[in-house]
Order: sequence, then C-alpha cells, then structure tokens
Amino acid sequence: MDYSQFLAMKQEIGLLIVFLLVFLYDTFMPRSADKQLPVFASVLMVIFTAVSCFCPCLAGSESAFAGMYETSAVIAAIKNILNIGVVIVLIQSVKWANSEEMAPRRGEFYELLLVTLFGMYLMISARHFLLFVIGLESASLPLAAMVALDKNRYESSEAAIKYILTAVFSSAVFMMGLSFVYALSGSLYFQNIYLALTGQHSTMLVLALAFVISGVGFKLSLVPFHLWTADVYQGAPTSVTSYLSVISKGAAAFAFLVILCQAFGAVYANIWEWMLYALIILTITVGNLFAIRQRNMKRFLAFSSVSQAGYIMLGVIAFNAMGLAALMYYILVYIFSNLAAFGVIGAIENATGKVSMDDYRGLSKTNPRLSLCMMLAMFSLAGIPPFAGFFSKFFIFTGAINQGSVTIYVLVLIALINTIISLYYYLLVVKAMYIAEEAPVVETFKSSCGERIGLWITIAGIIGLGIVSCIYNFLLDTTATSAINAYFL
Amino acid sequence: MFSNPLIYFVVIPLLMLGALAICANIKQIRAVAVVGSVALMALSTYVLLQYLDMRAAGDNAPMLFVDSWQWFTPLNIHLAVGVDGISIAMLILSSVIIFAGSFASWQIPQPKAFFLWLILLSTGVFGFFISIDLFTMFMFYEVALIPMYLLIGVWGSGNKNYSAMKLTLMLMGGSAFLMLGLIGIYYHSSADGHLTWNILEIARNNSISTGWQHFLFPMTFVGFGVLGAMFPFHTWSPDGHASAPTAVSMLHAGVLMKLGGYGCFRVAIYLMPQAANDLAWIFLVLTGISVVYGAFSACVQTDLKYINAYSSVSHCGLVLFAILMLNTTAMTGAIMQMLSHGLMTALFFALIGMIYGRTHTRDIRQMGGLMKIMPYLAVCYVIAGMASLGLPGLSGFVAEMTIFVGSFQNSDMFHRVFTIVACCSIVITAVYILRVVGKLLFGPVQDKHHEELTDATWWERLSTVTLIVSVAAIGCFPNFFSNLIKTTFSPEIFTVLGLN
Repeated sequence: MDYSQFLAMKQEIGLLIVFLLVFLYDTFMPRSADKQLPVFASVLMVIFTAVSCFCPCLAGSESAFAGMYETSAVIAAIKNILNIGVVIVLIQSVKWANSEEMAPRRGEFYELLLVTLFGMYLMISARHFLLFVIGLESASLPLAAMVALDKNRYESSEAAIKYILTAVFSSAVFMMGLSFVYALSGSLYFQNIYLALTGQHSTMLVLALAFVISGVGFKLSLVPFHLWTADVYQGAPTSVTSYLSVISKGAAAFAFLVILCQAFGAVYANIWEWMLYALIILTITVGNLFAIRQRNMKRFLAFSSVSQAGYIMLGVIAFNAMGLAALMYYILVYIFSNLAAFGVIGAIENATGKVSMDDYRGLSKTNPRLSLCMMLAMFSLAGIPPFAGFFSKFFIFTGAINQGSVTIYVLVLIALINTIISLYYYLLVVKAMYIAEEAPVVETFKSSCGERIGLWITIAGIIGLGIVSCIYNFLLDTTATSAINAYFL
Repeated sequence: MFSNPLIYFVVIPLLMLGALAICANIKQIRAVAVVGSVALMALSTYVLLQYLDMRAAGDNAPMLFVDSWQWFTPLNIHLAVGVDGISIAMLILSSVIIFAGSFASWQIPQPKAFFLWLILLSTGVFGFFISIDLFTMFMFYEVALIPMYLLIGVWGSGNKNYSAMKLTLMLMGGSAFLMLGLIGIYYHSSADGHLTWNILEIARNNSISTGWQHFLFPMTFVGFGVLGAMFPFHTWSPDGHASAPTAVSMLHAGVLMKLGGYGCFRVAIYLMPQAANDLAWIFLVLTGISVVYGAFSACVQTDLKYINAYSSVSHCGLVLFAILMLNTTAMTGAIMQMLSHGLMTALFFALIGMIYGRTHTRDIRQMGGLMKIMPYLAVCYVIAGMASLGLPGLSGFVAEMTIFVGSFQNSDMFHRVFTIVACCSIVITAVYILRVVGKLLFGPVQDKHHEELTDATWWERLSTVTLIVSVAAIGCFPNFFSNLIKTTFSPEIFTVLGLN
C-alpha cells in the first residue's frame, strides 16, 4: 500500500493533530492546569482553522484509496466553514466548560467534539458508501455522549437516550437502503452507482432512495423524521445544542447533496426530485407552525432549525452549481446567526438559569447589548436585510429557481410564504425583549469574556457576511469550476 | 464612487446613524437629526437643479447620474444608481418629510433609539428611490420596512402590539411575492443569456415573454400594491397608522406608501408593459374599490388617525388607479398625487399628533372648539383639509384634476365608468373632511380642561410651515412639477412601454 496517499487528507491530518494535542494535554497535564484546557483547545482550533483557510495547498483536487476519498477546493471550503463554526462554539463554551460540575468531564467534551468533527469530514469527502457510513457513525454516536454531559440533569440523560436510539435506528434504515442500492448497482462507489442507475426506474430503486433519504433525513431533522429534535435540543447542554444545530446539520446537508448528486444524480428527475419536493414543503411548514407555540427558547430554536433545514434543502433540489454555492453560503450564514442566538441563550442560562421566552421580557432594559445581539440574530434568521440572512435566503431562492421548471417556482413561493410565518415567531422574541411592558425578569449581569468574544464574532459575521460580497463570489466561482458540476444534469 | 451625488443619499443617513450612536444627550441627537435632514434637503435640491440643467442642455437619456458598481459579480448584481424626474420628485418629498418629522418628534421619549430606527428607515427609502438594480432596490425596500415594527411597537399607542405585527407581516407578505417576481424577471431578463438585474437594460432587452409577463406582473404588482394599500391588502394601513407615533405616521403615510406606487410603476409596468396592458382591468377594479371604499370608511370613523388613515387608503388607491390608466397625463397625475398626498397627509398626521399631545384624546366626539383654544394648529388643520378635498391653489386639486382628465382619455366604457366612480370619491372626501373640521374646530368646547391648553411651540410651527409651504408650492406652480415628471415619459420610454 502506498502510504503517501494519506497526504491527500491534509485537513483530516490537521484535525487529528489538534485532537491528539488536546488528548495529551488532558491526560498528562497536572490537575491545576486543567482549567486552561478550554482556552488551549480554542486556540489550537483557531490556529488550525486559520491555516486551513489560507493554506494554498488545499486548493487542488486529490483523491485517495482508489477513489474512496476525495478532496477539492469546494470540499476544503465547506470544511473550513464547519471549522469556523466550531471555533465560535468553543469560544462560547469556555465558561460552561470551566464550571465546577463539568470539572471531571471537561476533556471529554473537547475530545468527543473533535472526533465527531472528524467523522463529518469523512462524510463530506467520502466517495464510497463504506467510508461514508464510517463517517456518519463517528459523527453520530459520540454526539449522544456529548448530549449526556450534564449527567446530573434528568433531561440531559433522557435526551441522550432519545438521540442514540434515533441515530441508531436511522443508520439501520440508511443501511437497508444501501443494501438495495448495492443489489441494483453492484457497487458502493458513488461513481459506479451513478453509471449503473442511469436510465433505471424500478420500485426497488424508489424504496432504496426512500430509505437513504430518510436515513440522512433523521440527521438533518427533516419532517417527518424530526421528532427527536426538540427534546434533544432542550435536554442537551446549550453548548452541545448549538454544536448539534449548526455544525452537525451543516455537514449532513452538504453530504446529503453530495450523495444525491454524485451517486443518485442520474435519477434526479424521475425519483428523488419529487421526494425532496414533498419533504421540503413539509419540513418548512411543520417546523414553522410548531415553532410558534414554543415557550422554551431552546425548543423554539429547535423548530426554527427544522424549518431552516428545509430552506437549506432548496439548494439540493436546485441541482446546479448555483444551488451548491447557495447551500454552502446558507450554512455559513446560518452558523453565524444561530450561534449568535445560542450565545445569548447560553449567556443568560449560565448567569441566571432561565431559558423561557417569558423570562426575556424587558431584557432590553437590563441587558441592552445582549438583547441587541439577539435581535440581530432573529432578524438574520428571518432574512431581513441588511443582515446576512437576507442574502443567503435570496441566493438560495435564486439558485433553486435557476433549475427553471414551473414547479420550482411554486415550491419557492411556498417557502417564501413560510418566511412570513417564521418572521412572526422571530418577532415574538423581539417583542418580548423590546416591547413587553412587564417588569424585567433577568437582572443586569456581566457576561463572561468568552461569551462576549463569541458574540462579537457572530455579530460581525451577521452584519458583514452579506454586504462584503467576496465570500459569496468566492463560493460561487469555486463551485462553478468544481468537478461536482459534471454530475448535474 | 463618491463623485456621483446620488450615493450621498445613502451615505448621509449612514453618517447620521454613526453620529447618533455616539450622541450623549438629547441636544446632540436633535442637532444630528436637524443637520442631517437639512443636508438631505440641500442635496436633493442640488440634484434637482443639476438634473434640470442637464435636461435643458439636451440630455435625453432615460435616466441621469447613472452609475453602477459591481457587487455580487457572478450573479451580475450591481449597486446601480440613476434618477429621472419621478425619482427626483420622490427624493425631494422624502427629504422634506424627514425634515418635518424630525421637528415633530422633538420631545419623543428614548430619542436615541427612536432616531436610529427612523434614520435606518429613511436610508431604506432613499436607497430605494435611487436604485435601478432590482436586487439593491428590493434590499432597500425591506430595510425600510422592518424598523416600522419597533417604531410602532415601542413608541406607539393604543393597540400597538397587534398593529405593529399586522403591519410588518402584511408588508413582508407582499415582499415575498415581490421577491419571487423579481427573481423571475431576472431569469427572463435577456434573450442571449447575459442575465441582468438592471432595470434600464431589462427594459431595453424587452425579452420577457408574454406568458411569463402574465405570471410575473401580478406578483410584482401585488407585492408593491400591498404597500400602496391596494384593496383587499390595505387593512394594515389604518391600524398601523393609528398606533404609530407622529413622525412615523408622517413618514409612513408620506413616503413609505409611495414606495408602493413608485415600485408598481418602475418595476411592474415599466418592465412588463404587455401584461400591464392585458391585466390592468383586474387591478383597476381593486384600486377603484380602494378609492371609494377608503373614502366611505373615513366617513364613519371617530378617531382622527383612523379618519386620516382611511383617507390615505383612498388617496393612495388613486395613485395606483391613475398609473394603471397607462397614459402620460394620468401617470403624471399619479406622481403629482404621490407628492401631494405625501405632503398633506404628513401635515395631517403632524397636526393630529400635536393635538393628541395636548388633549390626550383623538376621539372627535370628545373635542370641540379647538379654533378658540389653539388657533394656529386649527388653521393649519383647515388648510390640510382643503388640500385634501382638492381646493384650487393647493396640491390636491392639481393632482386629482390631472388624474381624472388623463383617465377620461381612455375612450372605452369600462375605463370611463371607473373614472366616474373614482371621481365620486372627491365628494365623499369633502364630507369627511368638513365633518371633522366642523366638529373638531368649531362648535362648543367639549371638555373644560381643554381651555387651558397652549398653542403650537416653535418647533411645531416650523414643522407645519415647511409642509404647508410645500403643499402650496405644488398648488401654485404645478407646471414646474408636471414638466419635471413629464420628461420621464419621454417618447423612447413609451416605445418601450409599447403604448401610446
């Protein structure tokens, strides 16, 4: 075996080094230095992200292990987007990780997090279903342990059980689908599947795709596979929830696009276009309608993220380079907007333990800056200009309509009408903070340094990512010249 | 980039936002608001004079001061600016109302946040009027909408939670249709694959097929029509105006509702003339209903702001009605009506705010004899009323006269009948205006406490005088304004429209 092939996996190797350093630090440093672990891990991750964003050696396409693994500029870009999200999550969680009850499990949080990130890298880069499943599993199972990190809280353990059961179940369904695919095509290489399936249409193929899509749908919490989302988001520690809602979802969305286009692209118009079409309508609508009724902020954001996943899927159904660029851009913007919201929720939860929307009443009087952050996050999630969310929504709709058929216009119109529903519940939070006249519930408090840095970064992103056009231009230019375009019909 | 004067319509409000953010006390905030709005007025006058000079020198391009800077290059999105007579008229209107509005909110609580949102709103308004790129135009359009939620929710009165939410959701609902319409226009903007968002280029290419026009025209027209208070999408307007604080009502009825009419003309009709010709009848019926129904509704209201809000529905309905007549005279009238309605309704809302600030009621049954108590405000109210019901010498007469003359030029039965129906609204307007003037200003004083109230302060006088002078200026020199507007409907644009 030619071991130099491993050198194609530059980002994976970088991440592995970060993981090993964190692991060694956690294992061998004296107890007294333990408090510095969160800062140490964050700094390492910042360095790794900076290097991987600006290193010119990542621009080229490479493949390894007989084509099981592939990397290119687009793939490096999506991994960098995930890295940026992880950096923000790590910075925001410093205070929580340094709290007393986390002391015995501090290292685990970082190690598990990095392992799941490694799994997501593999999911994104896999061009063979075997590697994909390895990635999927190592991205899912450690997350259950992370959800259970608050082990003294009843909800946390309950959420972990729910998460692991659904994760395992969805993997089983996914692999059932894979076995059908293997039976039909005789291979697990994406490329071979693509060739074997060209022109095919059978009940078994429909079933295979239904299983595959529902398997990944669990991970993305598309309706009707979303039932775990709210309970897990509510039960998990806030830092884990934010990681789960943006990074895990973003990686799964991109991987979903890759397998649908590269493995099943040949049967787009016949089979999975209408499946995804129905799923998108259901996801956006149900997510929005359920979000209206939520009073707990974490459950509220859970349903909001369900509907956001529906919008992200518009980039997949677009089935063209513009859709791919818009999907990546949407994930990036969504990371910043959602992490800003979770940053505020986490800060308030750490300081006062309150997570209900009713507790946010009059927050603008006691904590004007936190309320401002929250408001900008809500506006960005709702797609209000000049904040980044507006641009990402606009571009994902533009990308979807580029597909050209009248049915897509109808789908986009449904999605657009749904943005009005979503605006309603996002404004409910703004209303509670700024307009409600009841006496404030949360006292004035000073948020920790890490939380503030995290919020500054996210707010800068919310304001800057849209107006500074070079990011989207870069993504669209990269995807337009990418090899993945060959798979779009 | 900064050699083009138009860009300063966005730069000045942004500078004002920056200055407001570091203001420490109310005096500084007032200073920023006044200096900024004076600068904007000066800028719009400068652009007007330059524009007239260039036109006099024989420059007959469809738009002047045209410039374009790349933004999202792969999608061909530019920050493109340019103005013609209509945009300049709107820019002047907006700057005058923002000036008057700053003085009308002289003593607002939490002034810093209030002015921040108000200036953000005006950034959107100015950006919208100078943009000729559909994407930037739409972006500014939405920037102008969202501050309304907080302005009404925080500083409003009455049933403000409900009104603010209703207004925001309905307007954003309109913009959902609009967004789909605009993206659709983009994908059909060129026959040779060089897709563009630029309005002038799309109009020149004229490549949207009739079938797509029939789909996209209603999308954009309804999208903008919601903001133009078109029946049956007008219900946000009375509630919203009634709950909003004074300056916000002024700006919203005066300027923001004009975004609707302007957009209907600039995007829906200008880019899709064929569909406009085919489908105008549907929207003529709807706007005709707005005109008459709004006027009738105003007759039975007892809250001053509701009366004026329904009156706005009626008058703004007339704007869309005239645009849909698709001829030069009626369209000129429509733009004149936008100016006229903007100024006079701002004057109305300013006066109502001042009266409410003193009497703490807006119910006309609980007030009376204000002419004796606050003669200055009462006289202003009469002037505003006269402008509204179309007294010659004031702006309303000029605008409505032009509209009805233009509308009657369409010689078929359908247009004539609707013109006559819409004409009836003038009579109904007289009914509700005179009813309010009679009850509110004359007659016995209803509440003894009212007798101790004071008349207008200097800042209130300044605010109202500015608006009255503008209303009278349009009324006395209509030719100046109609020539300014008419140059826009130059022959080459009507060949694009494909109409006479």
